[in-house]
Amino acid sequence: MTQIEVKTTDNGVNVEALLGARQAIEAAPDAAQFKWRTECEWVRGTHSRSTLQGFFGLGEEQRRKSAHVIEADHPEQFASADAAATPAEIALTALASCLTAGLAAVAQNRGIQLWRVRATVEGDMDIQGILGVDADVRNGFSDIRVTFEIDADAKPDEIAALVAQSQKRSAVFDLITNPTNVHVTVAG
Amino acid sequence: MRSVTTIIIGAGQAGLAMSRALTRRNVDHLILDRGGVATSWRNHRWDSLRMLTPNWANTLPGDPYRGPDPHDYMRIPELVARMEHYAERISAPVQTETEVLRVGGDETGLKLETSQGPLRARAVVMATGACACPHVPALAAAVPPRIVQTTASAYKRPGDLPDGGVLVVGASASGVQLAHELQMSGRQVTLAVGWCTRLPRNYRGRDVEWWLEATGVLDERYDEVDDLERARRTPSPQLIGGPEPVDLNALQDRRVEIVGQLAQIRDGQALFSGGLGNVCASADLKMNRLLDAIDEWIVERGLKAAAPDRPEPTRLPNAPALRRSLTDGGIRSILWATGYRPDFSWLDMPVFDARGRLRHRGGVVSSPGLYVMGLPFLRRRKSHQISGVGGDADELCAHLRAYLDGGACMAA
Repeated sequence: MTQIEVKTTDNGVNVEALLGARQAIEAAPDAAQFKWRTECEWVRGTHSRSTLQGFFGLGEEQRRKSAHVIEADHPEQFASADAAATPAEIALTALASCLTAGLAAVAQNRGIQLWRVRATVEGDMDIQGILGVDADVRNGFSDIRVTFEIDADAKPDEIAALVAQSQKRSAVFDLITNPTNVHVTVAG
Repeated sequence: MRSVTTIIIGAGQAGLAMSRALTRRNVDHLILDRGGVATSWRNHRWDSLRMLTPNWANTLPGDPYRGPDPHDYMRIPELVARMEHYAERISAPVQTETEVLRVGGDETGLKLETSQGPLRARAVVMATGACACPHVPALAAAVPPRIVQTTASAYKRPGDLPDGGVLVVGASASGVQLAHELQMSGRQVTLAVGWCTRLPRNYRGRDVEWWLEATGVLDERYDEVDDLERARRTPSPQLIGGPEPVDLNALQDRRVEIVGQLAQIRDGQALFSGGLGNVCASADLKMNRLLDAIDEWIVERGLKAAAPDRPEPTRLPNAPALRRSLTDGGIRSILWATGYRPDFSWLDMPVFDARGRLRHRGGVVSSPGLYVMGLPFLRRRKSHQISGVGGDADELCAHLRAYLDGGACMAA
């Protein structure tokens, strides 16, 4: 008897479902219109708690089985209680998570088995901006560096291509690298 | 109403190649053009432009290059002269100064309204090209009025633009060539770089076009590639018809400032994407994948070739600029090199998809008797090149002939 070894890639990504969704959305582009929401309640000081449960997509209101909670605060060096990460760190985290998720999906689609992926993110910030010390200094990051360590069944060029494609398809990479109109109002 | 079996719209390379194919299959036909032979080549190209492909590659069916410089890159007047000569040689029935205003159809056939009166035809081949209209992104509407704006199809020479800084938007072939020319003219150029394609002019001792042709890359067919939509969107490579490199490294050596994709114009400022690094890394990766394939091809055939001479990775500025004022006088003009779109506004038939793109399969449009040529990757990777129209014309002509003979169901 001959044994045929079938190599399967399992990064825990259901690529067939994703490709199916892409086809469905090409046929009915309205289903692609999503609205993501978060509700942030002030707790005390710089501490806040955001709750995320519903969103709009695939043509209707969607509701998760249970809500997700994300807290934010500032560290003691800012005379805060350090109850949670800073919002700016959460933004860096969102970037890393978005790129990592995309990387896993792209790897699955290309038949590349991932064994370990770690993204280390560092952002440079001159806090003279947020403190209002120097009006010429921007509030946000002046530079962000993401370093991936990837153990996968692939050649270095294939891994580089995964990293490139995950940036190309990333929502958070786009929203950090490109300007977005933001409207902040007070409900009447 | 005058009736012709087949009408070709456009007397460029695609229209002429189709005319020759129809003549050889004895199909009565007429070519309509709003000007004459090679109108777009005459009117919508800048003065210094040379062909991107070497002379040996710029050949129409049955007309190999026999001139003295097969490895040079001809200027546009020479190409136009060659196309005029070709049209005479194949006795192409060109009706000049005839603009097509509308093409419609019913069960009795296709009807054309033209500036010279109506016409009726059983088949129509649309060969007006992929570059009929320059594409300018909607964000151009926010450019302050004092900035002079032009497009790669309207631009002729540096003197068309005011002295001072120029923002060139787009880094495919047109964008990098014009960034180079404008920088050399003494204007400081800022080049906004979106998704782009990088290729070396020469590799391992030969013009890259030779490798693309020899390895079969240019002959890859529309029904063979993985992602045809993506292949059709591939920007033209950062090349010029000449020995001087015009890739982003070469432009930076000339002190062109490279920045990310133009993302928005807000409060009189041009805002650029912070994703320049990935755009450049992706272009380098794709280039090296292609050069890897060429290396493998050489090894498989046991051929001798010069040593691999890979271009250096694209250098990035330490901190690419994220914004430039359009009101402080530093930038005086913007040149949009943001691509082209075909123009089918005169085609009054239900043959467009939800996004307004012509629906066709390898040039066979969904309405019987209607064909299109000259679009990127229409039937093969080189469909939009001078050398690509011959094969497409032969295959589409065979389909068209079968349609006229009543065999309309033959596969494309």
